[in-house]
Amino acid sequence: MANKRHLLWLLLLCVLVGTAGAATPRIQSWTTSKGAKVVFVQADALPMLDIRVVFDAGSARDGKHAGLAAFTNGMLTEGAGDWDADALARRVEDRGIQLGSGSLRDMGWVSVRSLSEKKTLDLAVDTLATVMAKPRFDAESIARVRQQMIVARRQALQSPGTIASERFYGTLYGKHPYAHPPGGTEASPKQIDRDMLRRFHRTYYVAANAVIAMVGKVDRARAEQIAERLMADLPRGVHAPKLPQPKAVKGGGLRQDFPSTQTHILIGQLGVTRTDTDYFPLYVGNHVLGGSSLVSILGEEVRNKRGLSYSVYSYFSAMRVPGPFLMVAQTKNAKADETLDVMRDTLDRFIAAGPSQAQLDSAKKNLIGGFPLKISNNAKIVEYIAMIGFYGLPLDWLDTLTAKLEAVTVDRVHDAFRRRVEPARNISVVVGGGK
Amino acid sequence: MFFRLFSALVAALLATSVAAARAPAQEFMLDNGMKVIVKEDHRAPVVVSQVWYKIGSSYEEAGRTGLSHLLEHMMFKGTRAHGPGMFSRIISELGGTENAFTGRDYTAYFETLAVRHLDKALELEADRMRNLAFDEKEFRKELAVVMEERRMRTDDKPSGLTYEQLMSVAWRASPYQNPVIGWMDDLRNMKLSALKRWYDMWYQPNNATLVVVGDVEPQAVLRLARKHFGPIPAGEVPTPRRPVEPPQKGITRVTVRVPAKQPYLLMGYKAPVIGRSDRDWEPYALSVAAAILDGGNSARIASDLVRRQKIAAAAGAEYDSYSRLPGLFLFSGTPTDGHTLGDVEQGLRAEIRRLQQEPVSREELERVVTQALASKVYQADSIFYQAMEIGMLETIGLDWRLADQEIERLRAVTSAQVREVARKYLVDDRLNVAELIPREENSAGGNKRIRAVVGGAEVTHGK
Repeated sequence: MANKRHLLWLLLLCVLVGTAGAATPRIQSWTTSKGAKVVFVQADALPMLDIRVVFDAGSARDGKHAGLAAFTNGMLTEGAGDWDADALARRVEDRGIQLGSGSLRDMGWVSVRSLSEKKTLDLAVDTLATVMAKPRFDAESIARVRQQMIVARRQALQSPGTIASERFYGTLYGKHPYAHPPGGTEASPKQIDRDMLRRFHRTYYVAANAVIAMVGKVDRARAEQIAERLMADLPRGVHAPKLPQPKAVKGGGLRQDFPSTQTHILIGQLGVTRTDTDYFPLYVGNHVLGGSSLVSILGEEVRNKRGLSYSVYSYFSAMRVPGPFLMVAQTKNAKADETLDVMRDTLDRFIAAGPSQAQLDSAKKNLIGGFPLKISNNAKIVEYIAMIGFYGLPLDWLDTLTAKLEAVTVDRVHDAFRRRVEPARNISVVVGGGK
Repeated sequence: MFFRLFSALVAALLATSVAAARAPAQEFMLDNGMKVIVKEDHRAPVVVSQVWYKIGSSYEEAGRTGLSHLLEHMMFKGTRAHGPGMFSRIISELGGTENAFTGRDYTAYFETLAVRHLDKALELEADRMRNLAFDEKEFRKELAVVMEERRMRTDDKPSGLTYEQLMSVAWRASPYQNPVIGWMDDLRNMKLSALKRWYDMWYQPNNATLVVVGDVEPQAVLRLARKHFGPIPAGEVPTPRRPVEPPQKGITRVTVRVPAKQPYLLMGYKAPVIGRSDRDWEPYALSVAAAILDGGNSARIASDLVRRQKIAAAAGAEYDSYSRLPGLFLFSGTPTDGHTLGDVEQGLRAEIRRLQQEPVSREELERVVTQALASKVYQADSIFYQAMEIGMLETIGLDWRLADQEIERLRAVTSAQVREVARKYLVDDRLNVAELIPREENSAGGNKRIRAVVGGAEVTHGK
């Protein structure tokens, strides 16, 4: 296994950012007869199609049962219609089709990647439609997936970084549905039964709650047929209700012992939504602060100058309702206090002084000049347009991005950080210590 | 049979798709012995440039483990012309991303950026091929960073530790016994002078391959490569060690007892790799065996062990036919509650017995080939992956054109050959087992002492 110099580039690939400049993909959009929104980009270079159907069905919809959304999502590929899990797996894998699913706090999704050759693609589309509409929820599969979730939870709790992250979300969000881990707790899957899964599925996996994103070698007419077929067996339903706004909590800190050689440190507070008016100045400002890995103030102070941490960064997780702003690092136990101080001081100084003109120019050059990379293949484009569709961003979002980034000034960043990031409101979570 | 006919048809269609998706690459050699391989992909105005060096942890000697990876970190700490961090800063301002990775058999550096900036990326790579500054203060700090990396990836990660322990007991002579990142004590004793010697020995144009994939014209890339790398003289490059592993006699077992919550099993059988076997179909037969066991959700391990018998919550098999020295055919498994690591081991060994005793079905063989064909098309969506495939093959000493023969080689594998390699290689005299057994008394998460709550006094904020 290769060792990467820093983890962050991997993380960055997952964070959707960008600006226009090069030819942006032409996004076509329409609504199916059942009321699902479609976003589509025709890309003829490779004989394949990517489809991603995103539902407002993340763990924010769990209600009283942590992990219900993830459990439901996990059951979709465990058998559907006439096929049990074995038959379903064979059906797609005999044709080299890749079927996937997953869920986070805001969303649950299913995806396929298929060759665009007609027979194969027809089968892929038909299978995906059935997986979304007619999951079997066989008792035997439910018991097995429940057990797998419990094991996955135990494995997650072996990681001090995961524990720190869960403590952070729990403390910051209190009673808000973003508070609990999307994978549930070790105990919660045991309380989830077949009726709950079926009810969750019937409520949230409906056409009016879906966004269909497609990129690949089909024309508009065929894309329309595919979208209709995908929704054909789903009820129209209604869109999930608005999520409550998270309440600001008092700042403070929490330390938890953990038998590890490193201490993991998370510092942060409530941040922004995808559509926040301060999004761009905060986003670009954070790129200077800790967003662009080693070429950032945090990277310079914590790693380059002092050698304290391997992976140090900060980000705004833009979600449906305000997601967190977070600074993250991990260091050997003896250096935990020093690292914590450096991170806090760095943020304080950034808020007090703002970025320099040179720092801001450098960040803008990276973001604007890097735009072509963010839309350079089908896999990236389908994630991008699914995000645009899901959060209701304007279809010209990619085309106007350069202008929005260009418009960010030192003063706007400084002002936005002063108003929106208040050190006194920070929650600090420190997990480690070796005990 | 309708099914077989349909599959054959799909396979034929797939083959056409693969041909359409995969453009040929061109190879050049500079006068100083540096290889340049260029592949065109004009879908977007971007390019990936990768410089691969034939150097990695399997080249290292005892007591000096982690040298190659640490040197990779130092490659970002400046040259005579560019100060520490400047490389990253310049690429960043060009809108690019850059990084590097070190493996057992290679070290590679890459930049992905708008195609008009390729010139600059190559200029900077050529600069650090020979002009690296070795500053003691930068070295001390970067060494501390690498130790943190080791703590995060291995020391505090039970599955990482288990893998490291398995490798260290499986190999008696092969350098694959050492972790890529190095043993902590070797890192502690690392000297800057050793790094510099390592760099002078291996960072030579005639020990490097430049791979460029993207919206480029091969002759134009060659001109740029000549301009930047051409002036660097060829150096003396030693022939790397290739220790022969003595035959293993019987099963090797190791136990890893650390604070954890979930037991975990790794089993590794010593297996040949492409280019080293006197019977060159064997690695392909082993790849087919791995795919029959774990090529997706329909494969045997998922359907038998996870779904039908429910012995494992998760389990898998993997075999990498591309490496410089023989490797391990690896199995992994996590037991469900009520089952033990021993049950998982027995379950996996029953699957192996089945491979050794029963012929695999035609359907299974066809599925393996179809999946391989489709992934070839999907891989063409990523210029990074395309460059990686070429660079890796070239650097471990194989011909990069082998990737284009892969499908034909897999298709040629017979049921009898799968059975033969299973009988020959998946046997006790090649088996190494590592068991992660959670240490309960002070297990992770069991000690939930929280020393302060929100608003508490222990951690204070602001100035």
